[in-house]
Amino acid sequence: MKIKVNGQDYEITVEPGRTLLDILRYELRLTGTKEGCGTGSCGSCTVLLDGEAVNSCLVFAIEVEGKEITTIEGLSQQGKLHPLQQAFIDEGAVQCGFCTPGVILTAKAFLDSNPHPTELEIRQAIAGNLCRCTGYDKIVRAIMSATNS
Amino acid sequence: MTSIRSIDRFEYRAPGSLDETLDILKTSGTDAKVLAGGTDLILQMKQGLIRPSLVVDVKKVPELNRLEWDEVGGLHVGAVVPLNKLATFPAILERYNILAQACSVIGSAQVRNRGTMAGNICNAAPSADSAPALLCLGAGAVVASSNGARSIDLNDFFVAPGETAIGDGELMVEIEVPTPPPHSAGCYIRHTTREEMDIAVVGVASFLTLSPQDKTLKEARIALGAVAPTPVRAHGAEAFLTGKSVTPDIIEEVAEKAAAEANPISDLRGSAEYRRELVRVLVRRTLRESCSELGLIE
Repeated sequence: MKIKVNGQDYEITVEPGRTLLDILRYELRLTGTKEGCGTGSCGSCTVLLDGEAVNSCLVFAIEVEGKEITTIEGLSQQGKLHPLQQAFIDEGAVQCGFCTPGVILTAKAFLDSNPHPTELEIRQAIAGNLCRCTGYDKIVRAIMSATNS
Repeated sequence: MTSIRSIDRFEYRAPGSLDETLDILKTSGTDAKVLAGGTDLILQMKQGLIRPSLVVDVKKVPELNRLEWDEVGGLHVGAVVPLNKLATFPAILERYNILAQACSVIGSAQVRNRGTMAGNICNAAPSADSAPALLCLGAGAVVASSNGARSIDLNDFFVAPGETAIGDGELMVEIEVPTPPPHSAGCYIRHTTREEMDIAVVGVASFLTLSPQDKTLKEARIALGAVAPTPVRAHGAEAFLTGKSVTPDIIEEVAEKAAAEANPISDLRGSAEYRRELVRVLVRRTLRESCSELGLIE
């Protein structure tokens, strides 16, 4: 099958039962996308599918033939971090970092559709991304500051 | 919680037309599964709860992608339309507030970007959030097989937990929802332990239609989630309320009757007694909100 990830075309052979997450990590070696729960509850495996945030652990790779995937590796442009990535560093919104790729991609899709959200809207938007370290305040602050940049 | 395992081999088909899909379903064994958003199906496969030999991905079938509304024909939500599309569809926002409320609390943004309303009711969890709202709105499920199509009244759709009236070889095509009558209002309120990403301990939808001449209720519908083996209507409470002028005492009495009609179980989310009390509280709240929207109470 053909799959486009971070602007690059790949041609791969997949078993129907393999998830998009599995393919990204173990075939394309894009290990920025993390597996947390594997059940669609934690959001660690969030990637963008045609611009929308999805749990890649609950999508079969074969379903996304011909579609465009963006992972955390695809956010920076010409060596420059995406404003959200920079905001997470500046606000110290990262501790262990396991949830971070998923949170940033959820936030990116959200800000693309709602560039000037309230704090409550941000908190609702990232409800599907669990963080065990930060207590969310710094994450929310980082997303908020990225809206101003 | 059931542990995660690797998925057994299966054949994957992604037909591009309804006829082709129905042909496949006609000849396939009973362990074939239809894939729309996959947020329930893939999870159940990972948990080993189901082991289909054939998965039919129906997202490319044009009829199943339909999302349309008109005054006479009502709302048509194709079986593969993701929940997030409903939240921004103008006709739903303007006329089906109760449905927008119910669909907006299902899962997370990631789940709503894949999951569908049809999947929510086909999965037939007693707690399915869209079910009470759809029951109140008089919705029907259009299903098709190689023998033709039929519409199943949602009141007859839920058979048991995880079990629906869809037969072997039949495919869910769309959910049809009549246009709400003039002078009607409704809402869905659920109780969860956490604010987000949780399953309803109890969910209640109420939907009222007013006779504008004498300010009595021409019709009252109350549907309850997570308090019986399937989503259910509270018929006794509805009958009691129909034809009456609403007062705070009547609302109390209706809430009491609905609680008595509920048949909840005790589980880790709440005891049967707690759920019954929640029915009373949530019926009262949904009725107050609907009445206030109709200008009947402050």
